[in-house]
Amino acid sequence: MKAAAMQENSARSSFIAWLQAGPLALVFLAFFVLPLLFVVIVSFWDYNDYQMLPMLSGRGYTDSFEGCLAELPGLCTIAKTYLQTLKFCAIVWAATLVIGFTVAYFLAFEVKSKEWQIILSLICTIPFWTSNVIRMIAWIPLLGRNGLVNSFLQAIGAINEPLDWLLYSQFSVILALIHLFTFFMVVPIFNSMIRIDRSLIEAAYDAGASGWQTLWNVIVPLCKPGIVIGSIFVITIVMGDFVTVGVMGGQQIASAGKIIQTRLDALQFPAAAANAVILLGVTFLIIAALTKLVDIRKEL
Amino acid sequence: MIEGRSKAFWFLAFFFGLYVLFLYGPMIAIYILSFQGPQGGLTFPMNGVSLTWFAKLWQGNGIIDIGASFTRSLGLGVTVMVLTVVISVSAGMAFRRRFAGQALLFYVAIASLIVPSLITSLGIALEFRLLDDYIINHFGDWGLQDIADNWQTAMGLYTSGLGAHLTWTLPFGLLIMFAIFNRFDPRLEEAARDLGATPWQTFRHVVLPIIAPSVVGIGLFGFTLSWDELARSSQAIGPVNTLPLDLQGLTTTVTQPDIYALGTVISVVSFTVILIAVLTIRVLQRRQAAQGSDAGKGMV
Repeated sequence: MKAAAMQENSARSSFIAWLQAGPLALVFLAFFVLPLLFVVIVSFWDYNDYQMLPMLSGRGYTDSFEGCLAELPGLCTIAKTYLQTLKFCAIVWAATLVIGFTVAYFLAFEVKSKEWQIILSLICTIPFWTSNVIRMIAWIPLLGRNGLVNSFLQAIGAINEPLDWLLYSQFSVILALIHLFTFFMVVPIFNSMIRIDRSLIEAAYDAGASGWQTLWNVIVPLCKPGIVIGSIFVITIVMGDFVTVGVMGGQQIASAGKIIQTRLDALQFPAAAANAVILLGVTFLIIAALTKLVDIRKEL
Repeated sequence: MIEGRSKAFWFLAFFFGLYVLFLYGPMIAIYILSFQGPQGGLTFPMNGVSLTWFAKLWQGNGIIDIGASFTRSLGLGVTVMVLTVVISVSAGMAFRRRFAGQALLFYVAIASLIVPSLITSLGIALEFRLLDDYIINHFGDWGLQDIADNWQTAMGLYTSGLGAHLTWTLPFGLLIMFAIFNRFDPRLEEAARDLGATPWQTFRHVVLPIIAPSVVGIGLFGFTLSWDELARSSQAIGPVNTLPLDLQGLTTTVTQPDIYALGTVISVVSFTVILIAVLTIRVLQRRQAAQGSDAGKGMV
């Protein structure tokens, strides 16, 4: 009888939990799960110059990969664009990892007072609560033709002509991406670091490890979950980015996200959806590879 | 490292200082430049100091109605904030029990954070377009021809736009709730129940006051993320623009400091909200420290 009562109790508890989680589930169903489903469905539809036609067609995909076989061994447009996006990804990932890890290390291990830890963390977080576009245009007065960097370099006689590649270039895109998204690396790594048992570090020192050995053999392995989570954030953001590439590249630089936007501007929804599916596929392959890479290391 | 202020500390502190300069330097530059004199340009030096560009913004530059966008973004931001708080807290309570589909719902929330914003936005746009098509073509079959004839679109600020923003803010809200309840002592609720409190009384008078500072934090995320949201709004906002969309539009056309003035105005709202939230959190924490019980502090 007691078991029956407990079962009833747990059924009731589960029902209440569903009422509480219901609104969240409904929002994600209506504005995330169903939309993704529509993206996949529409990617297999046909289209003409001004509307989508609900008929099964691979045109969205064949148009996207146009010339990819014919131009071999050369690279077609989409392959070049993805290679460039992957290059952005790799550079931004490496830079945010090094900067993010160092900043998180300082906050977690070198700042001893709780109060200061909170204040400094807040200083790192506040820009995340402000507008990305503003943080992008904020580079104009520094990197423009008449910006501070060029004026300074000319004043000290390092260059005669202002440098053109500082703004509206791959350089400015990469710089802005690092500027905007290092935060996504700092938070998860910091989270891993504050959970590390300090006695493990003491033990490493007592056993004769140097500072670097402790860092590499104790702290880095224990931060792995944070590093992986941060990497997933940064990589997915850069893969899907079209705003930063657009604004900082002067709308002249191609990226995986920009392809989708261009198709949307032309109202070619099935082609945009097909590119979205391709982007999702590539992104998830990278994430899968990343998690596997980490697991393999764990095995070694 | 262990014996206090080592060389490593000073190196890392210096690195952290550079990072903070990197974060804030460019932003501060445009805040200063937004007070350019009437003859001033987009870069330093300052050509006098004036409010010219704010005045110009206030009058509107003829292309876009900044005031209307401002009101729209503010209204949407507050709505997103309230809904994010209510839905996240409710779902956070649910995740403390066991219910069917718990893991799935969690993974969907994480996926919503990771899937590129443009893809989510595209999906919502497709969903609403298909809904519009259905209403226009098939509502006649249901005897609702009047509605079908006059139908414009279901897309709008408070339908597709609101949903798009929630898919971005709710995962953050949920993760904050997890962080809270990981450290929450359930014995406090048991004590309340033992003293005869109803579930609602337990929540209202025991749980809520304890989690209140973090709930304010969820609200802060809800408002600021919506206030600055761009990628998800881009396809899903409907016929009208929000402030970040206007700002992004200006980046391609404007060559005068009024874009900085707009940036400054947007940032002032962000900083005001951040300040209010941080002060509120501090007041709540002080009050807890002063009036809270000694529960969980061990035997005295």
